[in-house]
Amino acid sequence: MKRQNLTPSDAADTPSSRRGFLAVAAAGMTGILLAPGVRLIEIAQAAAAGDAVSAGASSKVRWGMLIDSTKCSAGCTDCVTACNTENGLSGGTLPTDSQWIRKIEIKEVRSGRTQSFPMMCQHCAEPPCVDVCPTGASFKRADGIVLVDRHRCIGCRYCLMACPYKARSFVHEPLTHQKPDVPRGMGTAEACNLCVYRVDRGEQPACVAACAAAGHAAILFGDLNDPASEIAQRVASYPTRQIRENLNLDTGVRYIGI
Amino acid sequence: MNIVLYKLQGGSRGHYQLLAGLALMLVLGVSALLYIEHHGHIVTGMNNQFVWGLPDVFSIFLMLSGPGALSVALLASVFGKVEYEPVAPLSGLLAIAMVFTGLMLLMLDLGRPDRASEAMLHFNPKSVLSWNLYLYSGFMGFVAAYLWSLMEPGMRRFTPWAIGLAFAWRIGLTTGTGSIYGFQVARQGFDSAIFAPMYIALSLSYGLAVFVLVLLLACRSNSIALGDALMARLARLQVIFIGVGLYFILIHHMTNYYFTKNRDFELFILFDGGIYTMLFWFGQILLGTLVPLALLLHPRIAQMRARMVASVVLVVLGAFAQLYVTILGGQAQPLPLFPGRQVSSSFYDGIVNSYTPSLPEWGLGLLGLGLLGLIVTLALRLIAFLPQRLDDAALQKHLAKQALAAS
Repeated sequence: MKRQNLTPSDAADTPSSRRGFLAVAAAGMTGILLAPGVRLIEIAQAAAAGDAVSAGASSKVRWGMLIDSTKCSAGCTDCVTACNTENGLSGGTLPTDSQWIRKIEIKEVRSGRTQSFPMMCQHCAEPPCVDVCPTGASFKRADGIVLVDRHRCIGCRYCLMACPYKARSFVHEPLTHQKPDVPRGMGTAEACNLCVYRVDRGEQPACVAACAAAGHAAILFGDLNDPASEIAQRVASYPTRQIRENLNLDTGVRYIGI
Repeated sequence: MNIVLYKLQGGSRGHYQLLAGLALMLVLGVSALLYIEHHGHIVTGMNNQFVWGLPDVFSIFLMLSGPGALSVALLASVFGKVEYEPVAPLSGLLAIAMVFTGLMLLMLDLGRPDRASEAMLHFNPKSVLSWNLYLYSGFMGFVAAYLWSLMEPGMRRFTPWAIGLAFAWRIGLTTGTGSIYGFQVARQGFDSAIFAPMYIALSLSYGLAVFVLVLLLACRSNSIALGDALMARLARLQVIFIGVGLYFILIHHMTNYYFTKNRDFELFILFDGGIYTMLFWFGQILLGTLVPLALLLHPRIAQMRARMVASVVLVVLGAFAQLYVTILGGQAQPLPLFPGRQVSSSFYDGIVNSYTPSLPEWGLGLLGLGLLGLIVTLALRLIAFLPQRLDDAALQKHLAKQALAAS
């Protein structure tokens, strides 16, 4: 600043104009500093309001499925197609392709009796995939849904090794055309998430809806903990099975007729 | 320890040829790594049926051999076998270098190696991999402290502490490595507590074989006299370690065969497994175990360096065969989802899967071995790790000096 060059009138105006400038600058800076904070508070409040609507996951609920193999049609793959469409999976069946749900055919060696039914993540109460995960990316929600946090998964594939149902897949190549509700990523593990975002909206998982639409209604979805729910009543009334029951994992997916 | 250690002299043509060879391995390895990182695991032979592949075979070999190589230092500094003191520093160097490169390979084979720090920031007490990351870093730290205490006269009083902790950590580390497989309820080939002690036993044999090989190479290329007495002791030790490893292998397979639920898997490995059966009988048992035992138990072994070299090379090859059979063979057999029934699906249930390692996977293996070679070569060149003489007279003199000091 070259103060010595100012005229007397300039000098007289300077303090007030400087004060004015400083006031405006201070107000501006305050706004710049506070605005993001205010915006964050708004977002946080909005998120809290959203949470109140969806209520979040509750440990009082145990989401599960009851699959009736006697109603499942051998040639039908509607549940598989619906899952692929819902989650943006390619539907490919190469050894490197992800398959969140698959149709399994089993045959009694002696009698020749065959059965067909879908197989997916069994959403165990004691999931081995969660036990082995070194980063906590594999986790179980309070309501029993087993998920993978794609931002924490390092792709060690220990969960694929540990899953007794071969329910997990690893993304082997770059992905395109992903679904906004189902973020996926190359180099991470993934599996059936029970269409968690649909469940949180009060809807049924895509495979359940597709099976019902095909007229089979072989998959029943609901809260195993609610004695009034249809699934709980049928589990209480009919002999049901967990696959590899001897492992004592308390699966959320149960079967009838196998 | 009152032994004067020396840096190895470089500058020879052979030295530069070795460095050039290692550099080539590293270049090929880094190229393979970048190729996999760019394209994803689609360019490997691994898939959703063979989840862990050849890079894990290399990685686990190094993870087992590292603690095994420390046996020589443990004998010297924990069990009072003073005749091993002159070569204890080399044992510590190999232990650190192999665990480091093994851990590096494990990390580079991740789907997202850029997120490896997540595993350090989070601890899952039920995850064996979580334990292992702490066990590996702790092991390297304690062995490094041990080496420092050996080389720095003012630190000698800490030697027993450092090697004591390294000893405890070594048991924990290999228990952890074995338990990666042992703590898996899903697969018939794993799911057994015997993996922890079996891997400790195997690590003794594999680690000592690598140690002997490096010792022979280093001494030969630097004209360090290596006496028959030390060679005979190492040969005897190798025989014991191979024997203990074979015992655990036998028990493991017998147990699996005895349990009806696992018999189909055992029959697969022993008789019907194609490459796995061949590698088990010819690679692991015949070449990796029985032939080295025969060579080492030959009465004139002390005069037969070539036999010693052949034995340890065969033990190392047998180690790779064993790990291939265990890791890949354990994944080849389908999961027993519905025992007693034929199972089929679009996801390859109910069938024996086939795996062919791709070139990039071999490249990753080369990266690990190349880096190991470079670390050891440079360390021997830059830091004093070996004495100038290891002949019988020098060893006798050392023993006499130690006996005098003890009395």
